[in-house]
Amino acid sequence: MIKMEEIKKSFFVSLWFMFLTFPIMVIRVNTVENIIQWRWERMIFIGVGIFILSFVWRYLIKRKELGIKKAEAGDIGKIPLARRIFEERRIYIPTLIVIAVFTISFPFVFSMYQTTIMLTALIYIMCGLGLNIVVGLAGLLDLGYVAFYAVGAYSYALLNYHFGVSFWFALPIGAGIGFCFGLLLGYPVLRLRGDYLAIVTLGFGEIVRLILENWNAFSFGPSGIANIPRPGFFGIKFSLHSATIYIYFVMVALVIFTIFVVTRLQNSRLGRAWIALREDEVACQAMGIDKTKTKLTAFALGATWAGMAGVLFAAKTTFINPASFTLWESIFFLCVVVLGGMGSVTGVIFGALVLVLLPEYLRVFSEYRILLFGAVLVIMMVFRPGGIITNVRRTYKFEGLGENNK
Amino acid sequence: MEPILEVNKLTMQFGGLRALENLDLDVNEGEIVALIGPNGAGKTTFFNCITGIHQPTKGDMFISPPGKKRKSINGLKPNRVTERGMARTFQNIRLFPNMTVLENVMIGRHCRMSAGILGAIFRGKSTVSEEKKVIEDSYTMLEKIGLAEYVNELAMNLPYGAQRRLEIARAMATEPFLLLLDEPAAGMNVQETRDLDDLIIRIRDKEGISILLIEHDMKLVMSLSDRIFVVDYGKKIAQGTPDEIQNNPAVIKAYLGEDIDA
Repeated sequence: MIKMEEIKKSFFVSLWFMFLTFPIMVIRVNTVENIIQWRWERMIFIGVGIFILSFVWRYLIKRKELGIKKAEAGDIGKIPLARRIFEERRIYIPTLIVIAVFTISFPFVFSMYQTTIMLTALIYIMCGLGLNIVVGLAGLLDLGYVAFYAVGAYSYALLNYHFGVSFWFALPIGAGIGFCFGLLLGYPVLRLRGDYLAIVTLGFGEIVRLILENWNAFSFGPSGIANIPRPGFFGIKFSLHSATIYIYFVMVALVIFTIFVVTRLQNSRLGRAWIALREDEVACQAMGIDKTKTKLTAFALGATWAGMAGVLFAAKTTFINPASFTLWESIFFLCVVVLGGMGSVTGVIFGALVLVLLPEYLRVFSEYRILLFGAVLVIMMVFRPGGIITNVRRTYKFEGLGENNK
Repeated sequence: MEPILEVNKLTMQFGGLRALENLDLDVNEGEIVALIGPNGAGKTTFFNCITGIHQPTKGDMFISPPGKKRKSINGLKPNRVTERGMARTFQNIRLFPNMTVLENVMIGRHCRMSAGILGAIFRGKSTVSEEKKVIEDSYTMLEKIGLAEYVNELAMNLPYGAQRRLEIARAMATEPFLLLLDEPAAGMNVQETRDLDDLIIRIRDKEGISILLIEHDMKLVMSLSDRIFVVDYGKKIAQGTPDEIQNNPAVIKAYLGEDIDA
């Protein structure tokens, strides 16, 4: 039962899109023969395509609103699958086993190319989880997160270059330096929040990058540092292939460690204080929480993970230069957290996987890949504004109930 | 006996506006004291000053927690004031909307806990038992205030009256000796106000917590309070027992205005 009104609406939408895309899709200037090609058939394709898509779009919006209404009426129906996985042991354990088997067999089953992509994804998971502390839990919008990532990467690269420090020593040192830089940024921005905080952190990120780019004597400038060794295993040298597999497992272990720590922090006294700070700063202080300390720990702990991920990044690529640490990276990390679901550990992991793997597997669409990537982001945010997996804290909440009912 | 809260000549200046002027106030142990006055008289500013949210321009503030020495609380940060034993609620409810009711109360326990970063990560014996105790204590607190049924509800989903009570529960979780209530009955219906009346009396009698409250509901104020302070334009215009205040001409003038014919 399509109404006349809807057809009219869709018609105008498609007309509007035809107009918008006219200059890029229809007109083509052939500079060789100095003529203009008019590709009218494309306009028709766009018109028809948008006409159909607008119906799909409206249907999805309607479905979403129906869902909200149902939830408001208290008719939640069934618990979403994502949450059931965590609550029911029956589903929880098999899922965990499947994920574990998949993770372990991954580098042996898939090609090295795939493994390398997965390495990148794992680094992003780690950074995402770290940034999740700052943005998702403590609610401090940080646009300069990449600075800590750069600090970690450069601390390994430079320590190795000058003193021959190995990967395993550099890892805690990188994390420690990250922690210190977190405090360093945390202090001046204690009084700021929201937009102002975002701008200052953005500036901080750029400062770090510019220093690395221009202080040649210290950081070797834009040419970067090459020949950074991969992680060793008691002095055994690996071939490229086995080294990649080795790094893969090192990274998996570190990601598991990160998940472990972050989950515990989240459900602790400190984690609650972070969330309270995000929810209402004034009330949080009035309830006896030290705002200064809470904010600083959030920044510092978030930065620790970026520092560690930075060391891993340097070890993985064996070459770093300031071009790897641009604002775009910060935004990408933020996307991981926001798209995945702020404050949710599983959400962030999914977010990182989607954001890293999607552009890789969209390579088939060659030049349209980034366009599609953008479209996916927009669609995700329209239909799931809270992120892929929201509110894992609810699980924590039920934990509390169980303990009370004893 | 020393008053547990003593405020001398408190003045608060916001630019050209003098919100409070030489205000004196004291609360004795076990008392319910009300602070009343027309809108904009400076009552909430007073609360903000004594809880450290604003730094007053002039004046001294002292607390003498029962069994402890008299101490100045001038210039303390809000969290320090709460640690010393004064907890407050807010006029416009300021709960943590996306946290559960239980978690809201647990935040109140925060300053009585000691677990740090490493404790949270390694979950040693002390951290685990502390955490367990906090959950139990918070639950007991909710039972006392009558919110146990909402334990796992998100704070934002609570009915209005329950949100007000949750604020009180959260403040009480900080183990105060003095509870500051900023318009606890605002927006409540008759029945809810009556329940609140009982609750406040119970808090004083059973928990031994003294209470200083700001309130517009005169019926509640007159039935609850031992003493009343009246402020208008930042100055104290009267103080005394409910009977004295009801018959005080200055108070009547401040509330009802002057009779032009007189």
